Amino acid sequence: MTEVAIGDAYDVVVIGAGPAGLASAALAAEAGASTLLVDENAGPGGQVYRAITSTPVEPRDALGSDYWLGSDLVERAQRSGARLLLGAVVWTLDPDLVVGISYRGRAQLIQARRVIIATGALERPFPIPGWTLPGVMTVGAAQTVLKASGLAPASATVIAGMGPLIWLYAAQVLRLGGRIDAILDTTPMSNYIGALRHAPGFLLSPLRAKGLSLVREVKRRVRVVKNVTALRAEGDTVLRRVVYMSGGREQSVDAATLLLHQGVVPNVNLAMAAGVKHAWDPVQLCWSPELDADGGTSVPGIAVAGDGAGIAGAFVAEERGRLAARAAIRAILPHAPLEDDQSIRNRLTRHQLGRKFIDTLFQPPRQFRIPEGETIVCRCEEVTADQIRATAALGCEGPNQMKAFLRCGMGPCQGRLCGLTVTEIIADVHGKAPADIGYYRLRPPVKPISLAELAGVQADEAATKAVVRL
Amino acid sequence: MNPSRRTADVIVIGAGIHGASTALHLALRGLDVIVIEKDYAGRHSSGVNAGGVRQLARHVAEIPLSIASMELWERIESLVGDDCGFQAHGQVLVAETAEELGELRSRVDDLRMRGFTHEELIDATELRRLVPAVSETCPGGIVSRRDGAADPFRTTQAFRRAAARAGAIFHEGVAVTGLRRDNGVWNVETSLGTFSGPKVVNAAGAWADRIASAVGEPVPLDVIAPMLMITSRVPAFIDPVVILRSRKLSFKQFPNGTVMIGGGHLGKPRRDENVSILDWTKLKESARTVWDLFPVMRSATIVRAWAGIEARMPDDIPVIGPSRTAEGLYHQFGFSAHGFQLGPATGATMAEIVATGHTNMPIEAFDIGRFAAR
Repeated sequence: MTEVAIGDAYDVVVIGAGPAGLASAALAAEAGASTLLVDENAGPGGQVYRAITSTPVEPRDALGSDYWLGSDLVERAQRSGARLLLGAVVWTLDPDLVVGISYRGRAQLIQARRVIIATGALERPFPIPGWTLPGVMTVGAAQTVLKASGLAPASATVIAGMGPLIWLYAAQVLRLGGRIDAILDTTPMSNYIGALRHAPGFLLSPLRAKGLSLVREVKRRVRVVKNVTALRAEGDTVLRRVVYMSGGREQSVDAATLLLHQGVVPNVNLAMAAGVKHAWDPVQLCWSPELDADGGTSVPGIAVAGDGAGIAGAFVAEERGRLAARAAIRAILPHAPLEDDQSIRNRLTRHQLGRKFIDTLFQPPRQFRIPEGETIVCRCEEVTADQIRATAALGCEGPNQMKAFLRCGMGPCQGRLCGLTVTEIIADVHGKAPADIGYYRLRPPVKPISLAELAGVQADEAATKAVVRL
Repeated sequence: MNPSRRTADVIVIGAGIHGASTALHLALRGLDVIVIEKDYAGRHSSGVNAGGVRQLARHVAEIPLSIASMELWERIESLVGDDCGFQAHGQVLVAETAEELGELRSRVDDLRMRGFTHEELIDATELRRLVPAVSETCPGGIVSRRDGAADPFRTTQAFRRAAARAGAIFHEGVAVTGLRRDNGVWNVETSLGTFSGPKVVNAAGAWADRIASAVGEPVPLDVIAPMLMITSRVPAFIDPVVILRSRKLSFKQFPNGTVMIGGGHLGKPRRDENVSILDWTKLKESARTVWDLFPVMRSATIVRAWAGIEARMPDDIPVIGPSRTAEGLYHQFGFSAHGFQLGPATGATMAEIVATGHTNMPIEAFDIGRFAAR
């Protein structure tokens, strides 16, 4: 990376330097397309390979062998000739393929001929009573700290929820000598039964052996409470204890830290703001973009690759990134040689084995997705579940009308932390499917930018600090 | 009225603030009304405009209608059962130079000659009292003290609900596909079948020219997408709505501290797709102007920007009144990015024309005949 002007036009702009973004940018640049790979983090890797070029974690094994597979992807992208722009926030993308980027305190507009959105996933909201208390955070956020800084919890820590990430993170913490007091597993018993019919695929999947050995490794050293059916975080000004129901009995465990997680969902904000059509996924219970076989969207020139195209994990993300890049190359450089894509599609199929089993097993139960009462739903504007229910009952048909009444989703997070919850609550009140309720109409900037940046004024220290990074 | 009815005295096309207001006033007069809306009430410019309730700086032809509307705004809750978020903190037009102030003085003098007193010339001292954050070099301006701002989506929805309570039937998500008159009755073809009635009001906003064309009355309507931005919360610094005369900039701070920045820079509308695309190059200009003029805003972040889809006529004033080619058809569109405040009284006036055939409100300047091919 050299410090030259970014330039205002590229053949291909790839947004997000996780596995999908790294793989697609490398392929596009190798084929001769001028390629810009943008990521808001300080290093490449995305969430799964976060801090891969800089992590201080020792021993390396603590993060698991899969983590280090990211090194090859990063090296290939770096060799490819793609311009890698780190610490740069994409705040708008429109159907004319104008990409707004904020970099070092300056906002600039870049014209792309093709855009590949590889913005990955974010954690599903987990709205329980008390989830806004200091001391409550997500497993994903905790893992970010672990990878980037090598920090594992040292005080009383409880993990609650479900999904593969919980077990991976717990294992990483234990290997680094960190502390986990209990894991409160919210997987309903009925999910095991529902998942059984998808077991054949899972049995063939490499995920099975890895997953089971992680669970065994953690269970040897941490108390695991199964079939947790209710949860709340309690404390005066900070978290003091976690109260939960299991086997019909209410119990509590003291904790300074509660880490919540119930799976990840596509991060759809940028694609939606660009006008890409999305549909409700009734299994993963989230919005996913409508895509062709190469990740092409309803907006000509924009593709989505990686977990943003539907949750499928890092290996699938990588292959989807390659398919999207190939489509871009075919469109821009029709004479560039491209190898047969059969091997990519074969790997894609293999890595998708077992997905249905995992999706069904880890489908979060209703009570942790569709809260009641005084539980905060929209954290930015402090809107409760009851307020949303009451407003929906008055005749408010959808999330966009809801914004006008309650301002939910209008804060700086632009609905990332409440959007799914609001859609599902309104659907619940009206007895409709989430697909019929819809989602927030997302307005750019997709991430807030400071007035100074937009104005193109040389930002002083104060203005730089005012930028909200989400 | 039975919600499954197919016939009414009047079919209103469009449930923006104008269609909804006209439907309300028609229903209050005892007429049967069916409203056909392709999206939902307030989906476009009526719901996403800057919310300015402004008599200030209007075209002279619009002033009587605007003043009548202001009287309705001041009792909006008794009209629609909701205060619509209306707050009358005034609107101020700022002159940045002595030359600009001279032009404003001429305007106020001219209005006085015509008998209008709502615009008042103010000097630098009064300007600073009303808008302390304004640059010290600004020599004065005009204030319209009864003006203010309201919540546009809430207002449009309130008119829609009030009209429904008064008996109007709303069909939302239903698009008009054709329009013809047979034996003195209009048949409005829609995605939900045909609706019929002796009279039709065309309040279809940015799509109104298509209705007019369908009856052989083409109009030169320009589809525009005025852009707005909203900032994160900043300390309270401004009560009235502020408009800078020469800069394409307007400003309003909400009670929660967020600030809306508008002023007329245009995005790119795509009306067939129901969307608009922002032009960030122009929004950068707005941001630069704010940075220059309002130091208090320098630490703010931009959290949202958008553009509604709206109709603009070549002379920047609306089309209001009966069709000149088709009997029983009435037009109410083309408000050229300043129709929100006019909604209440224009609806009342339109209802009066439809019901009685005449009005004392001077609306000759808005006759569609002005665009007829000569």
